[in-house]
Amino acid sequence: MNKKNILDQLQNIFRDCFDDENLVVVSSTTSDDVEGWDSLAHINLIVTIEKEYNIKFSLAELAVLYSVDDIVNLIAEKAA
Amino acid sequence: MFEDILNYPFGVETIHRKKRSIKKELLKATVLSGRKIAILGGSSTAEIKDVIELFLLKEGIQPTFYESEYNKYYEDVIFDIGVLKDFEPDIIFIHTSNANIQEFPQLTDSENAVQDKLDAELGKFTSIWEKIKAELSCPIIQNNFEMLLDRRLGNVEAIDFRGKNNYIAKLNLALCEYANANDSFYVNDINFLSARYGLERWHDRSFWYSYKYALSYDAISTLAHSVSSIIKALYGKSKKCLVVDLDNTLWGGVIGDDGIGGIKLGKETAIAEAYTSFQTYILELKAQGVLLAICSKNDAKIAAEAFDHPDSVLKIDDFSCVKTNWEEKHINILEIAEELNIGLDSFVFIDDNPVERDLVRSQLPEVTVPDIGSDVVDYISYLDRGNYFEPACISTDDLKRSEYYQKELKRQSSKSRFEDYGEFLDSLEMEAEIVPLEPVYYERACQLINKTNQFNLTTKRLTLSELERYSVSDETLTLCGRLADKYGDNGLTSVIIAKTKGSVASIDLWLMSCRVFKRELELAMFDVLIASCSARGVSEITGHYLPTAKNSIVANHYERLGFSLVEEESNGGSIWNYSIPECYENRNKHIKIL
Repeated sequence: MNKKNILDQLQNIFRDCFDDENLVVVSSTTSDDVEGWDSLAHINLIVTIEKEYNIKFSLAELAVLYSVDDIVNLIAEKAA
Repeated sequence: MFEDILNYPFGVETIHRKKRSIKKELLKATVLSGRKIAILGGSSTAEIKDVIELFLLKEGIQPTFYESEYNKYYEDVIFDIGVLKDFEPDIIFIHTSNANIQEFPQLTDSENAVQDKLDAELGKFTSIWEKIKAELSCPIIQNNFEMLLDRRLGNVEAIDFRGKNNYIAKLNLALCEYANANDSFYVNDINFLSARYGLERWHDRSFWYSYKYALSYDAISTLAHSVSSIIKALYGKSKKCLVVDLDNTLWGGVIGDDGIGGIKLGKETAIAEAYTSFQTYILELKAQGVLLAICSKNDAKIAAEAFDHPDSVLKIDDFSCVKTNWEEKHINILEIAEELNIGLDSFVFIDDNPVERDLVRSQLPEVTVPDIGSDVVDYISYLDRGNYFEPACISTDDLKRSEYYQKELKRQSSKSRFEDYGEFLDSLEMEAEIVPLEPVYYERACQLINKTNQFNLTTKRLTLSELERYSVSDETLTLCGRLADKYGDNGLTSVIIAKTKGSVASIDLWLMSCRVFKRELELAMFDVLIASCSARGVSEITGHYLPTAKNSIVANHYERLGFSLVEEESNGGSIWNYSIPECYENRNKHIKIL
């Protein structure tokens, strides 16, 4: 799957999880840049992504998912 | 829209993903009562809290939460209860799981050693519950323990006293015993929930190691729904009446077309057997105190014949109200609500026809209409998993409810034969016992306080422990009234609680069950109130009317009793005053006071 496509699809997930219709994330976005992206919201986000792409992150992967870039790369790898 | 997601089978993905916008939507409801809920967790609770909030908002309860720090459920209560006290919780939910069991049996343990471990474990939990009871006296909802996913000993794990799942089973039994011995203690049965859900899906190791949740993300809705169902039941928001369609809902086929020999009921075919099971489930709901009613487009005479089918478990007499005609269903349901004198929000309507369901849903949004599908094999699941009729406990009054409503129909039919209403009242041969609240009445009085909406001057709700405190206080005057007549005992149906200070009594709460409207019991209660006041040297009584969407029937209550208006409040409420005259003449003329 194309990383550009994944980033486009992620916009909707981020908007739902953070309930912000105007939110736009780019690959360099990290939790510091998004209001409400704390450790609790992070869990919600990760599980929603797992369900959307029907993938399951491993324990090791979960431990290093910090930015949108990390997320896009891992989805591209797992959903390939 | 979001209603469906929060009804069984829950839309778990959407619940979590869109919880923020669902919450906004639910907050638009006009009637929400605020409740404070403390969640004491033995594992992560953040997402659980968010989902409980959604389920409670759907029931008209707006919660404010206190959350213990991660895994501080014990410390918060035992060493730091001040913080909890400041929060003043209405309910405490203790979310623990098998991950919180301190010590499991070892293979080398003797039977006594295992018993010691069990006692220590229970001692720890009991100390929490007892401290809450002593310091906060609010209801406790406590998870029991789910089975472990792994069983090294195989089947022996459940059977031998050294087996871990055997140990968990014993802990769970002890929890039930504590619940049976203590009011205001409720068990959230996650042992059952996880079994029904499937232990493989309930447990999620990755989710535990990464985020310290003791159950899987998808199972959170099931847990939260169960906790919300207990809270809903505690506040009297469980449903009271099941309205059923007939053809293809209670039996297979169409009675008007297929005739009594053609409809599917009994044990002969798979479909017939499924309908019979469904009827049995409904009959059991009735036994638990749920009222049954029929709303079906049918010819009344033909429809009634179907209940003469030898395999029909339900009989026409099981229904408190029957509407078989060609009128639109929402009109019929409105009439049922009026005849049974209960609010539309107390109804669940089931029908195999999606068009009828949609119509009722759109015309009467207060009525719950589960999407039961059109396959009889699923009907019980949809009705059962919704927890619509969950009781807080089993009370003998509930068990008699259907019987009462059938007698009420007889009362109504004899009403028409009297010219003068007083003559009718006399013919009822009513007798009332009006006494201060005593412990034996607490449970029923508490139930009335939390579910009476119409004849209720202030709609003040109280938990069982608050009620007890009121009843034993010297500065409180309580009265409760039981009314019996020639058709039977109506049980405890009216409560008054007043605070007294010097020569003034102010009525905090005055309510009466709709069962005994228009029987002049309120006059008898007033007479006894006056007598009790006089005996205490009270000469002035003040009353407060606080309007709600449902209590307009008592807007003029104090005026009718001869109170004078002191103040009208901006919210439509009013304050009233009554000076007890030297020679008070009893108002009640038709009820004999025992």
